[in-house]
Amino acid sequence: MGKITNEELLKSINTKFEGQVTVVGEPYGLLTLETSTDKIIDILSYLKTDPTLQFIYLTDITAVHYPEQEKSIGIIYHIHSLVNNVRIRIKVFIDGNNCHIPTATTLWEGANWMERETYDFFGVLFDGHPDLRRILNVDDMTAFPMRKEFPLEDPNRVDKKDYFFGR
Amino acid sequence: MQNHPVYTDNDPQNENSTLNLGPTHPATHGVFQNVLQLDGERIVSGVSTIGYIHRAFEKIAEHRPFYQITPLTDRLNYCSSPINNMGWHMTVEKLLGITTPKRVDYLRVIVMELARISDHIICNGVLGVDTGAFTGFLYMMEHREAIYEIYEEVCGSRLTTNIGRIGGFERNFNAIAFNKLRKFLKDFPPVLKEFESLFNRNRIFVDRTRGVAAVTAEDALNFSWSGPLLRAAGVDYDVRAMEPYSSYEDFDFEVPVGDNGDVYSRFLVRNEEMKQSLRIIEQALVKLEKEPTDIFHADVPEFYLPPKEEVYNNMEALIYHFKIVMGEIPTPNTEVYHAVEGANGELGFYLVNDGGRSPYRLHFRRPSFINYQMYAPMSKGMLLSDAIINMSSLNVIAGELDA
Repeated sequence: MGKITNEELLKSINTKFEGQVTVVGEPYGLLTLETSTDKIIDILSYLKTDPTLQFIYLTDITAVHYPEQEKSIGIIYHIHSLVNNVRIRIKVFIDGNNCHIPTATTLWEGANWMERETYDFFGVLFDGHPDLRRILNVDDMTAFPMRKEFPLEDPNRVDKKDYFFGR
Repeated sequence: MQNHPVYTDNDPQNENSTLNLGPTHPATHGVFQNVLQLDGERIVSGVSTIGYIHRAFEKIAEHRPFYQITPLTDRLNYCSSPINNMGWHMTVEKLLGITTPKRVDYLRVIVMELARISDHIICNGVLGVDTGAFTGFLYMMEHREAIYEIYEEVCGSRLTTNIGRIGGFERNFNAIAFNKLRKFLKDFPPVLKEFESLFNRNRIFVDRTRGVAAVTAEDALNFSWSGPLLRAAGVDYDVRAMEPYSSYEDFDFEVPVGDNGDVYSRFLVRNEEMKQSLRIIEQALVKLEKEPTDIFHADVPEFYLPPKEEVYNNMEALIYHFKIVMGEIPTPNTEVYHAVEGANGELGFYLVNDGGRSPYRLHFRRPSFINYQMYAPMSKGMLLSDAIINMSSLNVIAGELDA
């Protein structure tokens, strides 16, 4: 339905950022790219400001934790070109023990709380963020609860050992 | 306790007064806290504190099979739970590659549009209450009850509906449900008209809302606003029109757009959306007449629970029942983003699946959370009473805000 196909979009990004993005795939028609922390803001700002692409709408920023990977935290950006009606997903993988990534609040004000939420749950430090505090959890919490090692329930409980049902 | 806004205001130089608006203030309609610095009645600055009813749904979802996540989505935007339920079902169906029959799509459209109407009834009614007019709220509330009775016929519950299943509905719509729906379609439009005539040209209401908290389209996009708020600012972004799901492409409806994004435009946009929703439901009823009346779910036995009597008497049904409950059916190892037009914006589900029985990661793109972050910055320089009205018109639902 969009005016720009994923191939054209990819070509446009590749001419600007040759060799700095890799294509992860197109699951369910949504072009998914991977890039590095150095390039992410450049790519986002190119996508946002390019007069033909116009990815002006930041849909979401979130993260996924893959404890078995060397770069264990994946930051996922979903952005949307309302003009061309096409979405794109960009991933950046960073080291889980030293999670630094530049902030996207320089491009969208709306990134502020999305990044605070990602910090709150995964401990990702967005460099240059104006107000990087916890947002949904209590201020004095020390853990980052959406990381896989954080248990859903108190592991010391003895009344709920119900292995059969996946608890 | 670090930098908590409530405790840092001990500066003797500070001549402003500090007001803790919330978390249980009667004017905030939910658990919202804003610590405001007031100069007289004008807001100098504000800090929002959220998370009072955070229930870790994303974490819980990582430990639940797909069909058990539906009740969690109920509790996001509990004023229009069916939209969240359907959004979740459609996300899983997209992941599993299930195509639903047209009749299921149309039934879903009916339920989703009813949910949108009930949500807008609350929001616009409460906006009236906050400006001092209780009448409109009471008139409309009666019809929200009618909608809840339709839900009750369809799924048995009213507020947190858990309506539908992956692949369709848990049971067919009965005749009572359709009768109630037709009655609602007959009774509600005159009330809506009356409601509009109470407010649209009411001097007091217009004075209180016109030009209050006006937001430009640029700002709205910059803050990733969506839904009626973004449309009131003049951007015609509606997921139903841009990326139709559940056969919305078969329906003829308009996307109402406001002019200057103030509280009054948001009110008008919501009223108009209710009319469009009624139009959609009427079209859906006409379309349903051409569909076979006994189909209410897709033919996917490996994901749709069989009826109980078959489980006890039929080998295959028993096997599938067991496999579904124990989560032993392989699912694709991929990721999917699916968005639906919730009552207050783009409700997105980002689901990363590793082939197991529960999501590897599930993230809700919650419109209330993203819309609300502009509240404190935009309140600067506003009168306190205007800020209260602004909060009502943002239609932020605490459950969705805090997930």
